[in-house]
Amino acid sequence: MAVEPPYLYPDYVGTRLRAPAKPLVRLPAGSHDFPAPMFPRDVGPAEFDLTRQHAGEPLGERIIVSGRVLDSDGRPIRNTVVELWQANAAGRYLDQEDQHPAPLDPNFSGAGRCITDEDGRYRFVTIKPGAYPWKNHHNAWRPAHIHFSLFGQHFRSRLVTQMYFPGDPLMARDPILQSVPDQRGRERLISRWDPETTVPEWALGYQWDIVLRGREATPFEEEHG
Amino acid sequence: MSLPVTPSQTVGPFFGVGLPYAGGEEVVPAGSPGAFRVEGQVIDGHGAPVPDALLEIWEPSVGFGRCRTDAEGAFHFIVAKPARTAPNGSAQAPYVNVTVFARGLLRHLVTRLYFPDEPANADDAVLNAVEPARRPTLIARRDGSVLHFDVRLQGEKETVFFAI
Repeated sequence: MAVEPPYLYPDYVGTRLRAPAKPLVRLPAGSHDFPAPMFPRDVGPAEFDLTRQHAGEPLGERIIVSGRVLDSDGRPIRNTVVELWQANAAGRYLDQEDQHPAPLDPNFSGAGRCITDEDGRYRFVTIKPGAYPWKNHHNAWRPAHIHFSLFGQHFRSRLVTQMYFPGDPLMARDPILQSVPDQRGRERLISRWDPETTVPEWALGYQWDIVLRGREATPFEEEHG
Repeated sequence: MSLPVTPSQTVGPFFGVGLPYAGGEEVVPAGSPGAFRVEGQVIDGHGAPVPDALLEIWEPSVGFGRCRTDAEGAFHFIVAKPARTAPNGSAQAPYVNVTVFARGLLRHLVTRLYFPDEPANADDAVLNAVEPARRPTLIARRDGSVLHFDVRLQGEKETVFFAI
């Protein structure tokens, strides 16, 4: 089963001139068996809460996003940095490259960091990001999503990905999510609304576990395509 | 039991709000002994600059760096030339890991920067695993006191990227 998206996925127009045309070069075994980068900055204890970075609270639906970071044997990955960034509730990023004519929110920057605990657990408080249009094809809209970046324990563990929300009708037409070839693979990118994570009278809760690659090679994986 | 890994997705064009940080290009402080300034450009299959890429440098036991490309696709880092010995004790040519993220890359790419004028390059097992015609894409070019290293994502002189 192919787990990862291919580099070239023509429906996602941005891949056409950026996907390598030549096969990836396989190196002697162990060539990339070394530890993951040590993230060189301190992560503050308040960086997990994207709703408390300004004088007021951001507009939108307050949510908690939490889950565990695991290796493929199900062991927790402790003390690893999780970085997150997202659009605001109106579907607009603070990033100056974003020209979507939706309002910025002076109380929302849209970036956070945290460090996993002894159970490999991370937890963010944020607002639900809005969908937004992009120019990939006619009437293209990105489903609501949150970007994640993780290091894990090994160089091979590095992962940048996106988390989606259950039930979003835009997912079926999103070439970025659909680039993941297997239905079960796509489902791994969709969070689960969770009543236990939801805090009464305060915030909806979503659970999303993340499984990182370890040092073992996965020979069944496609190298190119 | 083996849990299936979480698939990769593109870093997209708007990572600027979350990933870059001040001073990220300094893997080692500028001016430290043995430090090199590396400059380069990320280029697409039509030869156009890629203005929305993010590069990471990782030199185990030295340091980590992160730099986004500018409107001309240009990036720079301050790196140190590491020792010739791998963590497992085997001899190898000094190199720097370079990881590339960009809008349009559904998975990141991993390559290496090797140093010019380095005698150990000739016997290095990794460089020798690459076909000779493509090897120069991995070796930085000396340009005065600066090392120049371009990343060509696709097409002629496409950079060698590794399966990891």
